[in-house]
Amino acid sequence: MPWRLLRFALNKKHPEPRMFNFHEKLKSSYDVVIIGAGGHGLAAAYYLARDYGITNVCVLEKGYIGGGNTGRNTTIVRSNYLTPEGVKFYDESVNLWQDLSEDFDLNLFYANRGHFTLAHTDSALRTMRWRAEVNKHYGVDSEVVGPEVVKEAAPMIDISCGGHAPILGALYHAPGSVARHDAVAWGYGRGADQRGVEIHQQTEVLGIDVVAGKVKGVKTSRGYISTNKVLCAVAGSTPRILKMVDVKSPIYIHPLQAMVSEPIKPWLDPILVSGSLHVYISQSARGELVMGASLDPYELHGTRSTLDFVEGLTTHMLEMFPFLSNVKVMRQWAGMADMTPDFAPVMGKTPVEGFYLDSGWGTWGFKATPVCGKTMAHTVVNDSDHPLITGFSLDRFRNYALTGEKGAASVGH
Amino acid sequence: MKILNCPLNGPRPVSEFFYWGEVRPMPNPATASDDVWADYVFNRNGAPGVKKEWWCHTPSNTWFIAERDTEKDVVVRTYFYEGED
Ligand SMILES: Cc1cc2nc3c(=O)[nH]c(=O)nc-3n(C[C@H](O)[C@H](O)[C@H](O)COP(=O)(O)OP(=O)(O)OC[C@H]3O[C@@H](n4cnc5c(N)ncnc54)[C@H](O)[C@@H]3O)c2cc1C
Repeated sequence: MPWRLLRFALNKKHPEPRMFNFHEKLKSSYDVVIIGAGGHGLAAAYYLARDYGITNVCVLEKGYIGGGNTGRNTTIVRSNYLTPEGVKFYDESVNLWQDLSEDFDLNLFYANRGHFTLAHTDSALRTMRWRAEVNKHYGVDSEVVGPEVVKEAAPMIDISCGGHAPILGALYHAPGSVARHDAVAWGYGRGADQRGVEIHQQTEVLGIDVVAGKVKGVKTSRGYISTNKVLCAVAGSTPRILKMVDVKSPIYIHPLQAMVSEPIKPWLDPILVSGSLHVYISQSARGELVMGASLDPYELHGTRSTLDFVEGLTTHMLEMFPFLSNVKVMRQWAGMADMTPDFAPVMGKTPVEGFYLDSGWGTWGFKATPVCGKTMAHTVVNDSDHPLITGFSLDRFRNYALTGEKGAASVGH
Repeated sequence: MKILNCPLNGPRPVSEFFYWGEVRPMPNPATASDDVWADYVFNRNGAPGVKKEWWCHTPSNTWFIAERDTEKDVVVRTYFYEGED
């Protein structure tokens, strides 16, 4: 047996299939250069190749595929947002998610669990009614439910939350789901790669050449590339890239932390979010509890994690689920969230011709990965913003026309 | 636990402080154009660097300036505000 294994392992006729092709060198020019091999950058590359036949494209990644916020997020997918622009956009994304696994021939472990946003105060309940009405108006499955429905869906919950933050009701969103985040990046990446797109890892963008207001090329840690079109999809590094093209924006960076517990028996089916207690929680297919809280309180361009975070989060977690007191925390980490003042993204064309932005995704951009790829591919090809993203343009700040997604996105993911 | 040096109360845990962003000169609202005002209200210097920031020690309501490296999270110095320089 071992000999046979060795015979096949060493036989050139049976090479090990690789997920991605490796490219020794960068070409001297590409039609489109995408900065960032997170889900967003790779999805745009995928749709450029699949829907538009544009394959002379490279994706430049300073680290490794999916190593940014794509591989650090808590993977909640939902579309019960607050503004009409947001609801339409996220709903299109939820639709795209449905057949992605089949599209990629890769299991994304997309699991439809149902999503509860808990209300502990009358004012929170009022906001939820408002959200439910906006959602229903756009055909999104969303309703306000009483505490008994929450208790039935998650029987281990203490509905009174230790007596000082009783749950009065919740916004229930049946399509709420979780998915395997790395697989999303791999699926889009492999699909793009197989169609001829080059993915270059360990390749950092150091500068962008702009002449007379137009993109001419990109300086990288592995040499110069000429191109007329650059798509920037770098999440927490967006301000650094914007500095290279001298474009101002309201984007600011705060870390967002998360953690997982040791694996335990399945007991929690739905995804639960409490804005007031700054807690969100779901149980992964492996049995780990995936937990997050709110944004770190001050600006930081790094991914350190803190004990303050674990202490704060577990304190509130135990108010909801006292029986978890003996469960151990296994890992914690952080990502750099690219925040905006109105909790809506910044997407589309910019004052620099040929420089396109997919940014401002803060704490809520994983769910939008498919629709961002699709709309950005359209925007880059046509040099005109896709109709679904016109409410998210950088211009909105100069025009005092903000989008106002705050009520739905601050802790809610 | 990260420690911040309050100019009034000395070293205190960072959880006692409130962060209020970079110190930025305000244009005159009476004379600024809409563009200049929008730039002031919304745009930020989001890139990393050593920045001068407003912080407040909340128990004593003490506002002061911290110069902080926002990439390394190292506070260079803290002092009371003395007007624009
Ligand atoms: C803890 C946490 C929890 C979250 N939870 C959720 C959630 O439940 N649901 C949800 O919808 N969203 C969530 N988010 C937000 C979501 O993760 C992000 O919005 C989304 O993943 C962004 O994807 P991206 O592809 O744009 O960026 P990233 O995945 O960050 O990819 C950007 C890539 O660009 C690379 N890069 C940066 N600078 C350069 C350069 N100069 N040259 C080359 N490459 C460069 C980086 O290395 C990185 O790999 C969460 C975020 C965090 C941090």
